[in-house]
Amino acid sequence: MSKYNLDYLDELEAEAIYILREVAGQFEKPALLFSGGKDSITLVRLAEKAFRPGKFPFPLVHIDTGHNFAETIKYRDAMIERLGEKLIIGHVQDDIDKGNVVEQTGKNASRNALQTVTLLNTIAKYQFDACIGGARRDEEKARAKERIFSVRDEFGQWDPKRQRPELWSIFNGKIHKGENVRVFPISNWTELDVWNYIRRENIPLPSIYFAHQRDCITRNGQLMAASPFLNMDDQDVVERRNVRFRTVGDMTCTAAVESYAFEIDDIINEISESKISERGARMDDKVSEAAMEDRKKGGYF
Amino acid sequence: MEILKFITAGSVDDGKSTLIGRLLYDTDAILADQLEALHSSNRKNDDGSIDLAILTDGLKAEREQGITIDVAYKYFQTDKRKFIIADAPGHIQYTRNMVTGASNSDLAIILIDARKGVVEQTVRHSFLVSLLGIPNVVVAVNKMDMLDYAEDTFNSIVNDYRKLAAKVDLKQVTFIPVSALKGDNVVNRSANMQWYTGKSLLEHLETVEITIDNSGSHAYFPVQWVVRPQTDELHDYRGYAGRVLSGSLKVNDHVTVLPSGFTSTVEQIELLDQQYNEASAGKSVTVLLKDDIDISRGDILVSSAFKPQVSQLIEADLCWMDTRPLDISQTYFIQHNSKLTRCKIQEVLYKVDINTLEKEYSEEFKLNDIGRVVVKSAEPLVFDLYQNNKNTGGAIIIDSRTNVTVGALMFRANAD
Repeated sequence: MSKYNLDYLDELEAEAIYILREVAGQFEKPALLFSGGKDSITLVRLAEKAFRPGKFPFPLVHIDTGHNFAETIKYRDAMIERLGEKLIIGHVQDDIDKGNVVEQTGKNASRNALQTVTLLNTIAKYQFDACIGGARRDEEKARAKERIFSVRDEFGQWDPKRQRPELWSIFNGKIHKGENVRVFPISNWTELDVWNYIRRENIPLPSIYFAHQRDCITRNGQLMAASPFLNMDDQDVVERRNVRFRTVGDMTCTAAVESYAFEIDDIINEISESKISERGARMDDKVSEAAMEDRKKGGYF
Repeated sequence: MEILKFITAGSVDDGKSTLIGRLLYDTDAILADQLEALHSSNRKNDDGSIDLAILTDGLKAEREQGITIDVAYKYFQTDKRKFIIADAPGHIQYTRNMVTGASNSDLAIILIDARKGVVEQTVRHSFLVSLLGIPNVVVAVNKMDMLDYAEDTFNSIVNDYRKLAAKVDLKQVTFIPVSALKGDNVVNRSANMQWYTGKSLLEHLETVEITIDNSGSHAYFPVQWVVRPQTDELHDYRGYAGRVLSGSLKVNDHVTVLPSGFTSTVEQIELLDQQYNEASAGKSVTVLLKDDIDISRGDILVSSAFKPQVSQLIEADLCWMDTRPLDISQTYFIQHNSKLTRCKIQEVLYKVDINTLEKEYSEEFKLNDIGRVVVKSAEPLVFDLYQNNKNTGGAIIIDSRTNVTVGALMFRANAD
C-alpha cells in the first residue's frame, strides 16, 4: 500500500485512520486502551481524525496500577475533559483487594505484571470485543511478529503459531463470543515516527517526557524515580538528577534517562542519536529473552 | 521521504536471516542493548563471530529450532529512504506466511545459495512473487565467499534464472552477488568482486523506483463508516469515512454509489479541522455529498466517468491458507476491503504445482495449494482486476465456522 504520493507520515497516518475505522465498522463493543504514554496519545489524535465531528465509537480504557506518575493522571483527566469522551478505569488495587492477584514483594516489586489480570477482568466486565492499543512492531522482537488484528482467545492468550494471515489492507475481525481482538493501528510506526508526528501535529504531552529535575535512585544500572511505590532501603542513595522518560508505565518499572531535552526538537535529536532502544529502559523486558513473548501469551498487551 | 516495503524469500540455509541481520548491522540500525544481547547469546558462527540471524527470530520456538515460523516486520532507515522488511519464512509449509508478507511488498529479494543455484524453492518463491504482483525483484546470489567469489558461477546462475523469470513472467529482475556472512555487496561494495560493477543491495534498495500503479486511474472510495454526530448544531451532518484506494477524489466531482447506482456530487472533503479540495490515493478522509442518499459501510463511491467491474461471478487465483481443506459445498464469507458478504467456490478451473509450475485439475484444495477458481458472491462486488490494482483486486475468504482467514483471492476476470 505504499504506492501513493504521500509523505511517509501522511501514509502512516492514513493507514492508522483506516484501521481505526475498520474497528468501528467491524466490532460491536470496541475500546481504546489508554496508558497516558505518547503512543496512546497519538492514537487519540488519530481517533479524532477518524471520527470527528462524530463521537468516538468506543470508550477510552485506562488500566491504572495505582503506581502511575501523577503527571500522567493529570494529563489523562484534562484530555478526557477536552475530548468529551467516556473514560473507564480498571484499578489494579481493586483486584489486589479482592485477592485476585497478590502483590509482589522484595526490592524489585512491581505491579506491572498484575495489570494483565485487571485488563482481562475489565475486558470481561464490559464485554469488549476489540481493544485498540498503541503497540509498535519496532519495540520488541515478539511484537515484530504480531498482526495488526491480533486475535486472543477467551483467556486473553496470543498464540503466535495460529495467527491469521493478514493480506493487503483487509482485516478480518470475525471472532467467537468470549474472544477478543487486540488492534494495533500504529504497528508500522517507529519510535521516531511517533515523535515526528507529535511534533507535526503539535500534540501536548505529559511533562515527564521532557527533561526535569527529579529525585532518583540507581538500581540494576537504571535510574528509577524515587517514590513511595518503590521498595527502598538504606543502600538506596537518592540523588537529584536531570532526567526525562522515554516511555510511560508504572513508576516501579519505568526507568528515566539522563537528559537535557526540554523541547520536542531536543527529544527528536536525542532519540536519533541514541544507541539504546526504547524498551532498553523497561525492567519488565529484561527478565528473560522471551519476557515479552511470555507476557503476551498470558494476555498482556 | 518514501517508504519501501520489501520481502525476503529464501530458506534458512540460504542465509536469509543473516542477510537481514547484515543489512541492519551495517546500516547501524541495531542499538547498543540489542547488540549486547547479540554478543551474550550462546549462538555463534563457526568462526566465533556473532550470529546475525538471531536478530530476526522473535519467537522462542524459532530460536530453539533455528527457523523462521512467521512473518516478522523490521524497520530501518537511511538518509535516502525508510524501509519495512517483511521477513517471511521460506519453507513450503509456510507458503501462506510468504503470501501474507508479499501482499504488501513493493519489492522482493530472492536469495539463491551460490553453491546450489536455482532450486525448487527458487521456482516456488518466484512464482509467488509473480502471482502477488510484486513489481521489482532482486536475486541475491549469496555465499559467494564460499566459492572464492567466482564470476563464472554467478553468471551461470543469472542465465538459469532469466529462463525461470520468463516462465513466471517476472519483468524487472536485478542480480547482485553477495556474501551476507562477510558483508560483501550488502551495504558496502565488495573488494572481493571487482568484476561486479553494479550497486550494492542497499544502494539498489535506496534508489529503485517505487512503481506508482494508481496514477491515472479513476477515484475508488470504499465507505468504512458513516459519521453522524446527531448533535443540535450538526443535526444533518452525514460524512462518509474511508480511504481513497485509487485515483483521486475532488470537490465538485460527480460520483456514483455502487452497487446501488445512485449519483451525487462531492461537496466537501475533510479530516478533523482540515478541508481539502482533493484527496489522492492512499489518503483517509471524510467525504460529504450534496444529496442525501442511502450509503452504508461496504458501498463504494467512484467517479461517475469510471465503470469498474461489478459482478457476483469472478474468476480468481486462490491461495488456500488453512489446514481444513476447501469444501466446495460450503458457504464462506468473502471480504473485499470493507465489504463482507457470503460466497461459494463455484468451480475449480485448475491447480498449479508450485514447484514445477505444471497445471493440473483437482477439486481438492489443501493448505498452501494455489490455483484458479470461479467464486460466486451473495452480493455484487465492485472491483478491478488484481494486475491493474492490488488494493481493489484482492479479497480474502473467511470460514464461517471457525472465523479464520482461509484463502486469498486475486481477481483475474469478470466471469459473469
